[in-house]
Amino acid sequence: MRVPATTVLATDANSSPWHFWTYFMDHRSDDLRYLWDHVYLSLLPVVVGLIISLPLGFIARRYRWSYPPIISITGLLYTIPSIALFVIVPPLFGLKSLDPKQVPIALTIYSVALLVRVVADGLASVSEETLLAASAMGFGRMRRLLSVELPIAAPVIAAGLRVATVSNVSLVAVAGTIGMDNLGRLFDEGIQLSTPTPYYPPIVLGIVLCVLLALAFDGIIVLGTRLLTPWRRVAR
Amino acid sequence: MIRFESVTKRYPDGTVAVDSLDIEAPSGEITVFVGPSGCGKTTSLRMINRMIEPTSGRIFLDDRDTAKVKPSELRRGIGYVIQHSGLFPHRTVVDNVATVPFLLRQDKKKARAHALELLERVGLPAAFADRYPAQLSGGQQQRVGVARALAADPPIMLMDEPFSAVDPVVREQLQNEFLRLQGELGKTIAFVTHDIDEAIKLGDRVAVMRVGGKLAQFATPAELLSRPADAFVAGFVGRDRGYRALGFAEAGALSLSGEKAVALGEPLRTAADQADEGWVLVVDGERKPQGWLAVGGLDDGALSGEVTPDLLNLGGTLAPESGTLREALDAALSSPSGRGVIVHDDGTFAGTVGASHVLERIEHRAAGVRKQALDDAGAEAAASGRTA
Repeated sequence: MRVPATTVLATDANSSPWHFWTYFMDHRSDDLRYLWDHVYLSLLPVVVGLIISLPLGFIARRYRWSYPPIISITGLLYTIPSIALFVIVPPLFGLKSLDPKQVPIALTIYSVALLVRVVADGLASVSEETLLAASAMGFGRMRRLLSVELPIAAPVIAAGLRVATVSNVSLVAVAGTIGMDNLGRLFDEGIQLSTPTPYYPPIVLGIVLCVLLALAFDGIIVLGTRLLTPWRRVAR
Repeated sequence: MIRFESVTKRYPDGTVAVDSLDIEAPSGEITVFVGPSGCGKTTSLRMINRMIEPTSGRIFLDDRDTAKVKPSELRRGIGYVIQHSGLFPHRTVVDNVATVPFLLRQDKKKARAHALELLERVGLPAAFADRYPAQLSGGQQQRVGVARALAADPPIMLMDEPFSAVDPVVREQLQNEFLRLQGELGKTIAFVTHDIDEAIKLGDRVAVMRVGGKLAQFATPAELLSRPADAFVAGFVGRDRGYRALGFAEAGALSLSGEKAVALGEPLRTAADQADEGWVLVVDGERKPQGWLAVGGLDDGALSGEVTPDLLNLGGTLAPESGTLREALDAALSSPSGRGVIVHDDGTFAGTVGASHVLERIEHRAAGVRKQALDDAGAEAAASGRTA
């Protein structure tokens, strides 16, 4: 593992939490790399998770008997502590420890846990009359799903995507503590630099960047949903 | 024409929803399926476009066996209107209307232009085109539903309680406009309702069904009222049958009495001079009746002003000249002066008629009907006597 360059600075630099900006400017290239890793590690699992959840959620909705088992099993996945999941993924998927695929796979599992339910519930939010009318007008099953059911389910699914994305931003950071590159590394460095006296700047920087990232993702999803569902904004 | 040939729908649990139904809904007419819940009327309707597959029997559209047409193709050629409109909440009104043309891959621009025409046709201003269904009232959504069903100009329309979920005033408006529209379009319509009054008002023919999916009677509304096939139909058709049947009897040429009407704005004193037994009919500038004025109740001091709308009694209904005996009788019975107001087809005043005169007409007509019924019964008895 690289020795953080800050070790030298730690003694003379101001250790006040408010000096995170100075810390950032001093370690710009590392920090930007962490940020980028954090971005893709947060987003990729949500995208893959959604792709896996769409058929699962569709099945849970289409065959009513399958809803309880599918929802409880995927829901249970979310109760596995994240650190344990990161550790157990490599043997389960035949990867080496600290394989770059380890974190995205674990987070995809969490995303599926969150998204299967919202896909099923989103599809269930389409009224019976709408489905009946669509079939009666000659929509085939696939066409009805793509051009009627999914667009109407979109707001519910988008709400689930917000939760999954924001929760991923914080879960990725946990992976930093087992040595994967992302904003979580800043917490690791902060802890290492805190002996003998506490040294806060990297920790505060990590928190600030995580919060900003989560806010940015959330904003983008909200904005995208608003643009895609103009019908939701009309007065009722 | 929609023809059911001994169509049965039996569910796996053994319930029979429709029991060997034989019916022919003629082209260009409204055939209403009516009955209590569980009588299989909606199931019958949905078997026409194969939303439900019959267990046995066949359904023909003209001479085409529906079982031999691909369901989605079949459905694109059949308009469908349901109770809560079933509009797509994520599409604008105009795109909702153009749904089937879009499915048929017609030119989008043309389809939208046609959709706008249809909106106007069902009584919605073009300003509604770009709104979403959630911005419309229930009655307006129902109109869009009808426009959507008409969009691809299908010869056949299926309507499943389309007017049941709106309030009575709007329902009546929609029913009247639907009849006007049908008068212009002449579609072959299968219409489901649980409301016998709606069935009698809208149907050219009415199929009364009973629980268990059996056809109880298939007849014109007038026949249904005057000769219910059995106790179930009689009970279902309900009270006031005699009175309601008058709604199918044309009044013919009633002998009208003249009436010295006054116009709005004329002095009350003139009105008092014209009054007959204390009441005078008030019309507007175009001689359209506005209401009755009770001059008998006004003393000399109150007669100084002029005739204004707020003085009028609006209790009386108007009967059109070409209307039914029921309308004429109702006009007479509801009129505060006892003189029923008859209007020309353009709405202008034609004359008045008393209840006793209408009753004479009714009695005269009933005598004819009774004689006919006796002759029929005699012929039937003779026929069965021969076969026995």
